[in-house]
Amino acid sequence: MGARTWLGEWPIFRQATGPDPLGRGAAVQSPRTQALGPRTADADEVVKSVCPYCAVGCGQNIYVRDGRVTQIEGDPDSPVSRGRLCPKGSASTSLVTSPTRVTTVRYRRPYATEWEDLDLDTAVDMIADRVIDARRRGWQDTDDDGRVLRRTLGFSSLGGATLDNEENYLIKKLFMALGAIQVENQARI
Amino acid sequence: MAEAHPVGFQWVMEAKRRGATVIHVDPRFTRTSAVADLHVPFRAGADIAFLGGLIHYVLDNELDFREYVTTFTNAAEIVGEDFADADATGIFSGYDPETGRYDPISWQMEGGGYEAPAAGMRDHWEPELREHHAAHASDTAGGAGEQAHAPADPPRDDTLQHPRCVYQVLKRHYARYTPEAVASVCGMSTEQFLEVARAITRNSGRDRTTAWVYSVGWTHHTVGAQYIRAAAILQTLLGNMGRPGGGILALRGHASIQGSTDIPTLYDLLPGYIPMPNAHLHEDLRSFLDADAAKTGFWGHMDAYLVSLLKAWWGDAATPENDFAFGYLPRLTGNHGTYGIVRDQIDKKTFGYFLVGENPAIGHANGKMQRLGLANLEWLVVRDMQMIESASFWKDGPEIETGELRTEDIGTEVFFLPCANHTEKSGTFTNTQRLLQWRREAVHPPGDARSELHFYFHLGKRIREKLAGSTDERDRPLLDLTWDYPTFGVHAEPDPESVLAEINGFDADGDHLSSYTQMKADGSTSAGCWIYTGVFKDGVNQADRRTPGSEQDWVAAEWGWAWPANRRTLYNRASADADGRPWSERKAYVWWDAEQGSWTGHDVPDFEATKPPSYRPPEGAHAEDALSGTDAFIMQADGKAWLYAPTGLADGPMPTHYEPVESPVANLLHDQQDNPAREDIDRAWNRLNPAMSETYPYVFLTYRLTEHHTAGGMSRFLGYLSELQPEFFCEVSPALARERGLEHLGWATLISARTAIEARVVVTERMKPLRIGDHVVHQIGLPYHWGSNGLSQGDPANDLLGVVMDPNVHIQESKVATCDIQPGRRPRGPALLEFVESYRRKAGVEPGGIT
Ligand code: SF4
Repeated sequence: MGARTWLGEWPIFRQATGPDPLGRGAAVQSPRTQALGPRTADADEVVKSVCPYCAVGCGQNIYVRDGRVTQIEGDPDSPVSRGRLCPKGSASTSLVTSPTRVTTVRYRRPYATEWEDLDLDTAVDMIADRVIDARRRGWQDTDDDGRVLRRTLGFSSLGGATLDNEENYLIKKLFMALGAIQVENQARI
Repeated sequence: MAEAHPVGFQWVMEAKRRGATVIHVDPRFTRTSAVADLHVPFRAGADIAFLGGLIHYVLDNELDFREYVTTFTNAAEIVGEDFADADATGIFSGYDPETGRYDPISWQMEGGGYEAPAAGMRDHWEPELREHHAAHASDTAGGAGEQAHAPADPPRDDTLQHPRCVYQVLKRHYARYTPEAVASVCGMSTEQFLEVARAITRNSGRDRTTAWVYSVGWTHHTVGAQYIRAAAILQTLLGNMGRPGGGILALRGHASIQGSTDIPTLYDLLPGYIPMPNAHLHEDLRSFLDADAAKTGFWGHMDAYLVSLLKAWWGDAATPENDFAFGYLPRLTGNHGTYGIVRDQIDKKTFGYFLVGENPAIGHANGKMQRLGLANLEWLVVRDMQMIESASFWKDGPEIETGELRTEDIGTEVFFLPCANHTEKSGTFTNTQRLLQWRREAVHPPGDARSELHFYFHLGKRIREKLAGSTDERDRPLLDLTWDYPTFGVHAEPDPESVLAEINGFDADGDHLSSYTQMKADGSTSAGCWIYTGVFKDGVNQADRRTPGSEQDWVAAEWGWAWPANRRTLYNRASADADGRPWSERKAYVWWDAEQGSWTGHDVPDFEATKPPSYRPPEGAHAEDALSGTDAFIMQADGKAWLYAPTGLADGPMPTHYEPVESPVANLLHDQQDNPAREDIDRAWNRLNPAMSETYPYVFLTYRLTEHHTAGGMSRFLGYLSELQPEFFCEVSPALARERGLEHLGWATLISARTAIEARVVVTERMKPLRIGDHVVHQIGLPYHWGSNGLSQGDPANDLLGVVMDPNVHIQESKVATCDIQPGRRPRGPALLEFVESYRRKAGVEPGGIT
């Protein structure tokens, strides 16, 4: 390696003589960093989405590779957000790839001190039994004055502001058919 | 706004760049204040005094936009003779001190029949109100059963001089809200107040508009609904509603909290703001509609909206013969809001609970109350992504540490079911401007994680299978339910577009409806939420429209879909004058095109397209036909914006300043200290600090940080966000730090009648001591995101709060309460209980407890 080449690769030299006087780009790249590409460049797919945090509703582009989310960026097309995301929206990638995310059913028996595993299908079946039982025990046909109530106070639900409209619709529809009036969400908070 | 809705705030900065003045009225100095033209610090809980002062300023100086006011509001109408104002006492006519409730009969307009409000409390009045008006209903009101008509020709005085016209009644009500008086209540200088008053009045009128922006800082009060009313009165007087650059903009805090109000997972509503039927008043569909629906204005079609909903839910089982299955709906008997539910959980009156993307153990007022509710359940289903405190309370909740609860004694059976995140399912969120935006599924959910659509669809299927063949009448609604959505994939995921199509609705031929105006009350149409009808217009998912903003005009009507009918600004008929001409060239938005014989403009007109400004309703007209060509507020029975609300509110027809329940000072404007109609829960786990208490001398307020989200389930578990805001802290002024010996970055313990919590101290000039009368009031700021789980941990600020509620919406007063603050960390274990009890004893508060 001649002295010229060596000098030419020295970052401070490149910074002083090249097109990157502030040392924010080419001047400070090494062969390793030169070979790096953005995660967004090799995505199989870019899927249109919306930020899941606050109600501004910023547009998101979800970068997917091999069936996994690799990066989430603001969507420049959105007239709401024009490509911007705040710290929360920008952290969405770590939200959806969080290592502490729970992905299996956890079950705590009455009076138990620890969690147990439980099969999802069994869990849903047990919940269905408990709904039917609580519905029956909390059922009210009429009030003391004989007015029709046709409802149950046996169980209730809380949540909805983080869910999709379609999901809220199914919750409300199912609870109304069950006669369960106690449905609430963050809008009351 | 810059803190909690940062990307939305870019539009404020755009406006500022174009010359707008930005005023920030907030107890705290935030990132918003930093870039505002004017920051006005003031006392939490004094907003109605402030807004009332502005109303006073407008009326006293006759600075209202008179032509707008006489055209679009009820200013000229005459209030009935029986009405007595709150005056010095602070109590309106009709108050019953025994029950703590108002009877609003005396608030009615002269010569008026019962006027159904467009929203709120429609179904909550005592039956007497309607009976009273039924008895007085004249023939002109439309005959028997038609008392919800607005009278066709109410007495009015267009000169606004009649002593009982709304304008004068309003002026008298706010007479005592002088600049000097309200400045003193708010803790600002008279000059600061006048600077705001001058700025907003200068900036309103034909050629200019002013917008007000609020968040839960206005709703988390015992008078929250009246805060919003006060802003509505002011904005209407100034002519700022239905016009570009105007309005009252609610910044909401969750991705689809607007959607979950429109399609309500709320006890008192059916989809599209149709009230839930009430057992006291209604027996059948007809009597429900007669009592609840206005006969005039667009609520005059509530029968079509409701029958279409019943058809969507019960399909062929909903027939004219069985009242379209109206009897299948359960009935209310009062308040079943979330705090009442939790009280019933503690009392073991209700047994099971679903928590779906919500963490009440941290995010709700009075965390102990929430956790006691959870600990007294038989079973609990938690659906979330992370192990939130509401799922693990039995193991590591604060009550385990104090010994109030023992894990081995807690009988709650807990199912933690992992849920899919926003990239793992398709569906719509409705943002804070009523915009529905479709998200497309990017990847499949891992492991046992499923969407809520999947969970509730399959749970419903399972329950229906278990009850199949039941002959019990109470199971009919369940077995007759339309519950057969197409599914796809290995997990049989229901198709979300099929659900959205059902919400949109179908006509008799099975074609997608394109507008709610196509709905019929005869059972030939179906739709799950009438205000969302049009989102599947032409069979196209309109919420998935994505014409880039750069290729559209500033209204951007081709991006997503806004309810109703893709209108971006509500009541935009008011952007034109009585004759349909824009108020000014600069503020032109929607106008009448006489040549074409139709309304046109930049937005979809929020008015019948071909109703001319000159239209006057014939006698006995129904629904929108009863509104004239100048009645812009088309959901109102009289088409008018109400400066005075004769019905619809539980705590008075005009907003009145009451102090927060826990206030350090006396009410300087009225004798009545706090909202006389507020709702309390008097239990050992919900003790309140006495007003003006020396034991709890400081005001605290709770708020969000940019880097965290609500109860932290989506932020405290993430590395970046936890690094950006790693610890729970309290903000105090240098003066308070001196008074209590608090050290910057040291620890402080905050004490209320509920509990004591600890936080790092941030001593900052951002918190300003305020002078209220002869009192100096210190305010303490507390972000409320923390709990015991996640990467960044800390005490929950909400544990410090008690629960007292607004009587209209049953929302808690969590934006202002009192406490003490002392240097150092809080006691641990049972010592904490004794510490808090010692404060209660000193303050003369009854003992606390868990039952
Ligand atoms: S990026 Fe920030 S401002 Fe935008 S929706 Fe998400 S949380 Fe709200």
